[in-house]
Amino acid sequence: MDILLQQIINGLVLGSMYALIALGYTMVYGIIQLINFAHGEVLMVGALTSWSCIGLMQEAMPYLPGWLMLLIAAIIACVVAASLNFVIEKVAYRPLRNSPRLAPLITAIGVSILLQTLAMIIWKPNYKAYPTLLSSTPYEIGTAVITPTQILVLVVTAIALATLMYLVNYTRLGRAMRATAENPRVAALMGVKPDMVISATFIIGAVLAAIAGIMYASNYGTAHHTMGFLPGLKAFTAAVFGGIGNLAGAVVGGLLLGLIESIGSGYIGDLTGGVLGSQYTDIFAFIVLIIILTLRPSGLLGERVADRA
Amino acid sequence: MKNNKTLHWILGGIGLLVLPLILQYFGNAWVRIADLALLYVMLALGLNIVVGYAGLLDLGYVAFYAVGAYMFALMASPHLAETFEGFVAMFPNGLHTSIWLVIPLGMLLAACTGVLLGLPVLRLRGDYLAIVTLGFGEIIRIFLNNLDQPVNITNGPKGIGQIDSVKIFGFDLAKRHEIFGYDIASVTLYYYLFLVLVLATIVICYRLQDSRIGRAWMAIREDEIAAKAMGINVRNMKLLAFGMGASFGGVAGSMFGAFQGFVSPESFSLMESVMIVAMVVLGGLGHIPGVILGAVLLSALPEVLRYVAGPLQQMTDGRLDASILRQLLIALAMIVIMLMRPRGLWPTPEHAKSLDRQS
Repeated sequence: MDILLQQIINGLVLGSMYALIALGYTMVYGIIQLINFAHGEVLMVGALTSWSCIGLMQEAMPYLPGWLMLLIAAIIACVVAASLNFVIEKVAYRPLRNSPRLAPLITAIGVSILLQTLAMIIWKPNYKAYPTLLSSTPYEIGTAVITPTQILVLVVTAIALATLMYLVNYTRLGRAMRATAENPRVAALMGVKPDMVISATFIIGAVLAAIAGIMYASNYGTAHHTMGFLPGLKAFTAAVFGGIGNLAGAVVGGLLLGLIESIGSGYIGDLTGGVLGSQYTDIFAFIVLIIILTLRPSGLLGERVADRA
Repeated sequence: MKNNKTLHWILGGIGLLVLPLILQYFGNAWVRIADLALLYVMLALGLNIVVGYAGLLDLGYVAFYAVGAYMFALMASPHLAETFEGFVAMFPNGLHTSIWLVIPLGMLLAACTGVLLGLPVLRLRGDYLAIVTLGFGEIIRIFLNNLDQPVNITNGPKGIGQIDSVKIFGFDLAKRHEIFGYDIASVTLYYYLFLVLVLATIVICYRLQDSRIGRAWMAIREDEIAAKAMGINVRNMKLLAFGMGASFGGVAGSMFGAFQGFVSPESFSLMESVMIVAMVVLGGLGHIPGVILGAVLLSALPEVLRYVAGPLQQMTDGRLDASILRQLLIALAMIVIMLMRPRGLWPTPEHAKSLDRQS
């Protein structure tokens, strides 16, 4: 029982990170029907930028409190990631908007490799220890423990989600985004500028990814140039799981995927008598995905969009 | 006109036959590059059946390559005999399955895996299909990586070594041979073997393209509902596409295993699948010469660059080493080529309607 509670906490923390990343995928997909393969790399750039910033600040101004450093680094990382994603969209995706469907997918893969390689050149390929800026004394809930970093992850995710929901549902920009997702041509006739909306979508997605990247790095205490790949893949799985193009679906999918993964990896050893160990964690995401899509091809909360592709 | 065409074919054929002998002169590493390029041509043509003809985006194609490679590795290396005592009694000389048995078996196994993957994903389209096949590729790789316990089948991340080389009628391709006074290296012999296989693949692909099956695939790609209305059994045709595409991957995989003498899960990462998709799309989806061009370009060019990048590495204090430069160039090539020619370098002259259509 105590293991279960602990795994649920871990799962929620992991799942909220997936949810933030998945939102970026799902918003972009909802509007231009593109799998933004480079999304995981934006996350990685955000995490590594914040790592550099914290390193600089620790040298120059060691008297600053840890949370303030983290906050400043996070803001800089968000700005860098947002401008990067803005440029990526402008250079690599915009010219291909009316091309065959696979063309932007290939440039997206190209951008992903390019960013990974550039990051390797700039930051060197070693694993970097991400500094612990918050106190690491865990709180106890019953028999399970939760660290301040994990609490922060949950709180930040909740704030980010609330802000995003407000933005999408109650602002002019949000209305324009929903209209463009529904039908870009008609939205343009109503005076919405699709190019601007798409740029805004990429910027918002990048900010969410950068936040997720910083949380990922500080939760696991390490950062490196390939760190974006696996979370990116899982988050995409989460987005499809929840029904791609659907914001609430991405959040639900992310949280569920995180829970399934951590509970699954906690119990698989006992369930199979030690035959399958926790090294099979990564398989869960995909097996769940295959089952869900076979039974309900449009995802948990998705409308019937499978036919559109 | 006709004469001219025949002449071209003959000249091209002679060029392909002589190429390794010239490359061999500069060093075996160059022939190796040509060998690997041929393997990639085979893989890309196999994937082209699934993606180019039937229009099913498969991002886990490398799984079939892995199935073929591990199949050969298990059937022609001392690994199984070392793990299971029973095997020693059954095969006192060790397990050395003949190539004539392994190729069809590899094809069959890969095709079965392909159909098995195809069954649950039949209803999915587009991006959903892409992500499920991607997941499938990862699942296979994770299993290969971890199946060294409780029973050691794949030897985990260490991989399987000491795989037999290809022997054709007792003619061992792993040794040097003297033919008419010429010294022919092992890599060159493999080149000819792969060339024969690639030519066979090309012929099969062309025949498929013009057959009833090929036309059915293209009909499904263009419009699935219309295809169904015309009496095409969409389910079986899709499964057939998965199976046939996979079988080429299986053959290429077993050849890869024999050629390297060693297989490990590292060779079958997602990046590899992505590269094969990139080859097909960069070259020209559904167009055989284009796909071949894409495969040769993406597999050989970076390797060639690796050899000329030495000076650059010294200039930048080793920060930009050859493998990094290679990745950088692949990435740039993928972006630039797609931006300039969104339908690929050498696209089909025909009107492929749905490939043009957005969403």
